[in-house]
Amino acid sequence: METITSSKGISRRELLKRCMVVGAGLAVGTGFVAGSTAAWAMETNHVTPSEMATLIQMARDIYPHDHIGDQYYAAAVKGFDSADSKDRVAAGVDALNAAAQGQGFANYLSVPWERDRASILRGMEQSAFFQTMRGNLVTGLYNNKEVWPFFGYEGESYSKGGYINRGFDDIAWI
Amino acid sequence: MSAKFDLTDDGVVVVIGSGAGGGVLSNELAQKGIKVVCLEAGGRHLPQDYQNDEWGSFGQISWLDARTTSGDWRVAKDFSGLPSWIVKAVGGSTVHWAGASLRFQEHEFKTKTVYGNVQGANLLDWPIGLSELEPYYAKAEAKMGVTRTNGIPGLPGNNNYKVFEAGAKKLGYKQVHTGNMAINSQPRGGRPGCQQVGFCFQGCKFGAKWSSAYVDIPEGEATGNLEVRTHAHVLKIEHDKTGKVTGVLYADKDGNQHLQKARVVAVAGNSIESPRLLLNSASTMFPDGLANSSGQVGRNYMRHMTASVYASFPEPVRFWRGTTMAGIIQDEARHDPSRGFVGGYELETLALGVPFMAAFLNPGGWGREFAAAMDTYENMAGLWIVGEDMPQETNRVTLNHDVKDQYGLPAPNVHFDDHPNDTAMRNHAWRQGAALYDAVGATQTYPTPPYPSTHNLGTNRMSAKASDGVVNKWGQTHDISNLFVSDGSQFTTGAAENPTLTIVTLAIRQADYIAKEMAARTI
Repeated sequence: METITSSKGISRRELLKRCMVVGAGLAVGTGFVAGSTAAWAMETNHVTPSEMATLIQMARDIYPHDHIGDQYYAAAVKGFDSADSKDRVAAGVDALNAAAQGQGFANYLSVPWERDRASILRGMEQSAFFQTMRGNLVTGLYNNKEVWPFFGYEGESYSKGGYINRGFDDIAWI
Repeated sequence: MSAKFDLTDDGVVVVIGSGAGGGVLSNELAQKGIKVVCLEAGGRHLPQDYQNDEWGSFGQISWLDARTTSGDWRVAKDFSGLPSWIVKAVGGSTVHWAGASLRFQEHEFKTKTVYGNVQGANLLDWPIGLSELEPYYAKAEAKMGVTRTNGIPGLPGNNNYKVFEAGAKKLGYKQVHTGNMAINSQPRGGRPGCQQVGFCFQGCKFGAKWSSAYVDIPEGEATGNLEVRTHAHVLKIEHDKTGKVTGVLYADKDGNQHLQKARVVAVAGNSIESPRLLLNSASTMFPDGLANSSGQVGRNYMRHMTASVYASFPEPVRFWRGTTMAGIIQDEARHDPSRGFVGGYELETLALGVPFMAAFLNPGGWGREFAAAMDTYENMAGLWIVGEDMPQETNRVTLNHDVKDQYGLPAPNVHFDDHPNDTAMRNHAWRQGAALYDAVGATQTYPTPPYPSTHNLGTNRMSAKASDGVVNKWGQTHDISNLFVSDGSQFTTGAAENPTLTIVTLAIRQADYIAKEMAARTI
């Protein structure tokens, strides 16, 4: 099982028994959030697992890349699981859920269409919570070397001698 | 071997900054046997230290001291504390520059005469013309090893260039090539040819790109006439009762202050720090700051009319591979008011890595549209637009007394509003850039707003008359004969071309003048 933080050796089947699916691809249990197939799991220490699941969904809705798994969004927002951020996260998630309830949904995670979640986010775009999330994601998501291959980006090239013999001019279709 | 001069040595020339202006001036003076102390606010980073990592490098070499912004430019909203993207290190912004080395055009030295009265623009003719600079341009090109000069072949075109060139030809552009680049296309000067690494903006790890960090500075040090002090941040320039400058006060890396005596002081801290230092050096005798009898210190801040166009294609381009600025179109650099604006612009290829593309493609952008654009990253091509912007008196660097830097000095505020001519030119360039990519099958094009400024110009401008500007045609301040300005802040107007070659050219020429005047004992 691929984990972001240790799930203490629990088997995938065992993990699935201990959690509840809360939205597209996300599940929460006591002290952790996981992929709904338990392909990955991440412990939470300061924010609640459902708050973390909400942040992960929000991160995906801000930068929705369908070919990038939730674990990378989870890694990008993991920094919010801190004593410092705890209260701001709780207030932010409350605001998101209140906005979702205003549209007749149980909470943000239960809004089924991305378009409707994006509309909720659009309504709070100027808030410090949204701006902090978005600003952090620019580096938290796109500066993660593990996601670069999903974009085809090759990163550093000096150690390989640059591209002089590795395709700097190999375009064939133009 | 590097020289070592005493703080009380009042025979030295103190050069503040070690980039295209200060680094070159220091070397040129040292070659003539003149004693030079070069004070550099940053540390010494050399090719082995440079990082093929956009954010890592940004944290390593950028000038990140406190700054504020105002005005209608989008940078003030998206990057409010980062008006410019320049370097704090030995070599200054020649560490991260792209290498484009273009001479100004004749008419760009005479914009007041040629463009006429442009409402709201503080245009002025330079007190020098192209013919006076040509011999020095030639020296600069030889020093820097500029391709397509001195028998040096052009660089090979990379994937991004090939898309750009094909589009340019479809649009009927004629002046399209891989540029006049201060990047070795073959080994020269003990430095290798370009290995097509990419990451030109992060410092060239092979040293194929000219930089004063590893060319002029060590050459100057080898004469025994140049001492470079790193982490030496200049706080104030001091003067005597006769109004001549006598030395500079600087803080070392531990914050301890030292006074270095000087016979001549040359300021080359880039167009934000240079005027700021003159303003922060105000005294009873010069209450508005040094060399500011005209009131022009800090005014006429120019940043070039910039923007980018990125485009997505059905097939991969992999535009990050190879030289970042791999080619140029010069057809639009002409002055042709029938396009709806005065002056002109260059189109130059540009590529960003995924981290910077996410930050700069559409700052603040998010959602499905933004992510869809990023999803095509591998299939993107890109170009940068650099054109002449209008000098405006109200675009200026001032002291922000509410925000202090790490030494307790007022931070600079950079105010910038686009002139209508800048906006008209940008819109034209965005249309042309999109048309270029559409002509070779783009499925999407993205008109991208300006990044934090890399070309900072004009805040101590050169003028024939003392009432119009800060320095004379030698970069010598009108008010104080032994105080010089040696960076892009001398530019009277910005021209369409990338400024480094002209900064180097002016520094070589200024070194001749300083040496002559010192020999004649007029300074």
